[in-house]
Amino acid sequence: MTAVQPQPPVQDGVEVGTTATTAVKGHSRVPWRFLTGRAAFYLFTLWAAITINFFLPRMMKGDAVDQYLSRNRNVSPEAADALRALLGLDTDKSLLQQYVDYWALLLRGDLGVSLLHGLRPVTEVISQALPWTVGLVGFATVVSFAIGTIGGAVVGWRRGSRLDGLIPVTTFLSTIPYFWLGLLAIALFSVNLGWFPIGKAYGVGMTPQWSAEFIGQVIHHGTLPAATIVIASLGGWMLGMRNMMLTVLDEDYVMVAQAKGMPNRRVLWRYAARNAVLPQIQSFALSIGFIVGGTIVMEMVFSYPGVGKLLLDATNAKDYALMQGVFLVITLSVLVANILADVAYAFLDPRTRQTEA
Amino acid sequence: MTTDLRTQPAPAPTTQRVPRPTTTVRTRLGSAFAMFRNRKSITGLVILGFFVLVAAFADVLAPYSPTQVDNTARFQPPSAEHWLGTTHLGEDVLSQVIHGTRGVIVVGFLAAIIATVIAVVIGVIAGYLRGWRSESLSALTNVFLVIPGLPLIIIVASLFDDPPLIVIAAVLGLTGWAWGARVLRAQTMSLRNRDFVQAARANGEPLRRIIGMEMLPNLMALIAASFVGTVTAAILALTTLSYIGVIPVNTYNWGTILNWASAQGAFRQNQWWWFLPPGLCIAAIGVALSLINFGIDEYVNPRLRSAGERARAMKKRGLDVNDAVTAVRTTTKDDA
Repeated sequence: MTAVQPQPPVQDGVEVGTTATTAVKGHSRVPWRFLTGRAAFYLFTLWAAITINFFLPRMMKGDAVDQYLSRNRNVSPEAADALRALLGLDTDKSLLQQYVDYWALLLRGDLGVSLLHGLRPVTEVISQALPWTVGLVGFATVVSFAIGTIGGAVVGWRRGSRLDGLIPVTTFLSTIPYFWLGLLAIALFSVNLGWFPIGKAYGVGMTPQWSAEFIGQVIHHGTLPAATIVIASLGGWMLGMRNMMLTVLDEDYVMVAQAKGMPNRRVLWRYAARNAVLPQIQSFALSIGFIVGGTIVMEMVFSYPGVGKLLLDATNAKDYALMQGVFLVITLSVLVANILADVAYAFLDPRTRQTEA
Repeated sequence: MTTDLRTQPAPAPTTQRVPRPTTTVRTRLGSAFAMFRNRKSITGLVILGFFVLVAAFADVLAPYSPTQVDNTARFQPPSAEHWLGTTHLGEDVLSQVIHGTRGVIVVGFLAAIIATVIAVVIGVIAGYLRGWRSESLSALTNVFLVIPGLPLIIIVASLFDDPPLIVIAAVLGLTGWAWGARVLRAQTMSLRNRDFVQAARANGEPLRRIIGMEMLPNLMALIAASFVGTVTAAILALTTLSYIGVIPVNTYNWGTILNWASAQGAFRQNQWWWFLPPGLCIAAIGVALSLINFGIDEYVNPRLRSAGERARAMKKRGLDVNDAVTAVRTTTKDDA
């Protein structure tokens, strides 16, 4: 399917085929077909994700309440039944009825209560963990993207020089498993050198507050996790940008710019890098989505109190409500990031508005 | 204006020297492996072949059984008897690494085969068909792309009390095919309208022949790249899951060794012989696979290779590739 808009011969009194037409078109025309296509896709994906989310715990063996009982022995059978009813686990309802109830609760923003965290609402538990993940991993992702893209542009520009050797090095760093890199960093910098604390987001006995001491603690604890994320993800950004640069530098407009005698710096950043960065920006928007869910391993290695650790703990304890909630938040953030990527791309590259199906 | 530049003798030979693989229409099996005929791919294939051999002959190569407990030799650093030292139970680390290769290789390749078969079937069909069938297959692909993989794998893997390797490979394969399918769909859609496919259709060739003989050879490089990429992803996912402890620790692979090492505090007590070898093995396989992929990339997009070669050749003559004025003069002198 192509979403090419049938172009009327004359539009707003501007002749066809001139640059004026495209300028007018770019401002006044909304590519409805493209937009509705994307919206339908996102709604469908959202429905699929929520449905998978509904069925996952029902496929799992073992029961949250059984697990809870084995941790807390002094719960009477009546209390256990009450718990089951509270968690929506009583099986006297049909699957369809449960599914409808699930949607009704979801639309009201009610994700249930977490057994693992003393029956507190799941939304509250998640919203406590979310800032840690988003702050740390978001910062690391931005830094990695900036260094990798600028570095990749320079490496691509100085093709054939000694800088080419950087690519295998960063690729090597991104092929080693992240958890191993993290453990090595802890062994080296925390245990042997003692420069950084081992894991956690802030020191024992601190309460989160806006004081200089606490913020210093957070930075001190976050340096190692952030640095390892940057090291592990730098290679992808660099390789992608460098490969795009090599392709773009072969284009005629770069040659024309050089033939005109433009300064190299201007050709590099305004002509070549500006076009080569398009796919990078799209992957950056996508990687925003993986900020929330992609760092389970980091949070485990550094015992960082974020969303990924929440999911792991919830899965191990069969705390379904929390597990579903986290999975939903992760999926939602990926979806939002995809929408961002689409919007960014449609703004930056007009061709996608017309041909993307 | 640009054509004026092109018709001058200077830049024309350099652009023509670049091989154009997409124009070889009637490629057959022999040339289907052309993408591996470069130094990077061959280096990668040799390293990978080494690990496959180790996996196949693990029983012969390993000096001890990976689970042989020796209470007199615990936490031993490397020595003549134990080349890579011992664990907290006196197990031989080298034997564990050798036996662990098997799980990694088997799961990596099995998952990649499953994922690639699904990706080829769905990608090519979605690319060849038109209308709502193509759209719905594409939507399915996108759903699998968007749903976060590792959290889903963790949840699904915990459905099983003791998941066998086959199940893990299947789960990794079923969650990892979407990217390949998306790339293949785009390429098939572009191939569908090429002249040679149109000609084959006009000749009345059956659909399976058009897809099998006309299109698949042209998709081989992409299929290989997505296969190699999936092997890498599957190996990383397997070792990560084993390290987290989602996969039971009694099936040996490099991730489980690291799980034990981490649980027994090897990282805090500097028992490097225990935690360095498995990690380096994963990195080595990762490097081998990305070398193969670099080779395929340069085969698909020759600019990636020729740009560096050209720049180096010019540097040898004392020129800067980014200095436009000099570059034009010398290429004229040299190539014309």
